[in-house]
Amino acid sequence: MSPILVIARLTARELLRRRLVHALLLLTVLVIGLTGWGFSRIPHLHLGGELLTPALAHLAAAQLLLLVMFMFSFVVGLTAAFLAAPAVAGDLESGIALAVLARPISRAQFLLGRWLGLAVPLLAYVALSASVEFLLVAVAAGYSPPNPVGAEAALGAEGLVLLSLTLLLSTRLSAMTAGVVTVVVFGAMWVAGVAGAFGQAFHNTSIAAVGDVSHLLVPSDGLWRAAIFAIQPRVFASASLSRVGSPFSASSGPSVAYLAFVAAWLLFVVGMGIVSLDRREI
Amino acid sequence: MPGEAPPGAEPVRLAPVAPAISTSSLTKRYGDRLALDGLDLEVPRGLVFGFLGPNGAGKTTAVKLLLGLARPTGGEGRVLGAPLGDRPIRSKVGYLPELFRYQGWLSAREALVLHCQLAGLPQHQVRDEVERGLEVVGLEGRGDDQVATFSKGMQQRLGLAVALLGTPELVILDEPTSALDPVGRHDVREIIRKLRADGVTVFLNSHFLSEVELVCDRVALVDRGKVVAQGGLAELLEGGGPRVRCTGLTVSALDRLGELRTDGDWVWVEGLDSSRTPDLVEALVGVGARVHQVEEGRRSLEERFLQLLERP
Repeated sequence: MSPILVIARLTARELLRRRLVHALLLLTVLVIGLTGWGFSRIPHLHLGGELLTPALAHLAAAQLLLLVMFMFSFVVGLTAAFLAAPAVAGDLESGIALAVLARPISRAQFLLGRWLGLAVPLLAYVALSASVEFLLVAVAAGYSPPNPVGAEAALGAEGLVLLSLTLLLSTRLSAMTAGVVTVVVFGAMWVAGVAGAFGQAFHNTSIAAVGDVSHLLVPSDGLWRAAIFAIQPRVFASASLSRVGSPFSASSGPSVAYLAFVAAWLLFVVGMGIVSLDRREI
Repeated sequence: MPGEAPPGAEPVRLAPVAPAISTSSLTKRYGDRLALDGLDLEVPRGLVFGFLGPNGAGKTTAVKLLLGLARPTGGEGRVLGAPLGDRPIRSKVGYLPELFRYQGWLSAREALVLHCQLAGLPQHQVRDEVERGLEVVGLEGRGDDQVATFSKGMQQRLGLAVALLGTPELVILDEPTSALDPVGRHDVREIIRKLRADGVTVFLNSHFLSEVELVCDRVALVDRGKVVAQGGLAELLEGGGPRVRCTGLTVSALDRLGELRTDGDWVWVEGLDSSRTPDLVEALVGVGARVHQVEEGRRSLEERFLQLLERP
């Protein structure tokens, strides 16, 4: 078996053995159950003494789904950071890496194995949880996102961005520091993205540039906005809501060029992680 | 006879076997600190080689350079004939780090399987190798226990089993008995002797000088990043001069012979030739000492160690 697969299997097995997968799935099922109940109540809501019209109920469900998915994107981002932070730094700090890296395995194989062993479970978690949530909302409130697969892909890619960044940081920083830095960067990019959206809404090129730069620096918010576009009703894109810079609406989907940039960014950051680990003294 | 070379034919020349380890001016600097200062070392194959030195002498740094875990800042070296950092050669090297830590959430058996896979052992050999490893280090019956539940001594035994997986040609043991009780140390010595009998080279980095004295064929003493002595153990320890166990001694020096050095009841004069043993005994009796035992000329490794390091 290739050393990359050996390390990837070891990494994924650790997630299972440490009951992290169990805990995450249990909490997710609870949250999905609660939100499902909430969505099922939307068609029964009254406005001015009358039941919501189907169109209004549809919009309310879409808006609530965006809020739920925003929380989910936050969970994905934090999970990626907390999983990746100790994956390399923990082994280096504890000395486990001494015995492993003295074997005929390159540091690139070690890092790629770690990345793969975290990325596959993370993507599986995103796909499974988001699919169940979308299905539940469709059944309970009658709303289906226009591009559910696109939304899942964008959320998964957002997780990969933060996972890769944390792995790169953990080749040089302690596990705790790498995790905290990623979480701060994640939050800062989101705030910069919101600021950029306001800048666009008010035609302020300087503020709009903040969002553009943040989307290039660490594309987590850029991908979250891609997820929003895939989840929101098409009417939101042209509505006044997106024009005033709401953090829960997007005026357009990601361009092919931006998706290619994200792929290149991922390759660059993982490559940097390999170089950084390779040059590090163990 | 079939296979016999015809008369006049050139004799078959076997390629010379490279030493297990050779280094030339190997240097490692961490910022301003010189951890290893031009290490010149040659470890022949099939021997147990002791690598000694005080704390901070550069022993673990040297081991990390040999295994490619750190990069030299100067000089060069070869392990089993391959340059330092060569990846394929590491499948023939077993290593027990001084800081022995294995994934606590794995069972001992799973940790060994992991290292078999990392070492590239064929799948069909893994099971037998793992069971053999557990048996050799006395962990049979504990293979399914989580590593996290092991005592330090048991974790060190597991580390030794990890180092012995496959058929290594070189085993590097960095302080292999630091967490072991006397029985465990005895077991490790037996394992090392067995490895030597099997033709495996053992590079033993240890603080336990008595242990080194018991199992090593050759030693190198390193201090402040440099080798201060290197050679066969017998050669290094010979020439100690006579030692006398006596009581009632009231003087610290003897006329004609010089200053006395002591270790408990044992006394000797540094540099005194064995031919002058009767003179030493006579002089001691002359100053009122009662002589109980006389030993000829072999110093303990500890004495030689302190002498070479110029420590009192």
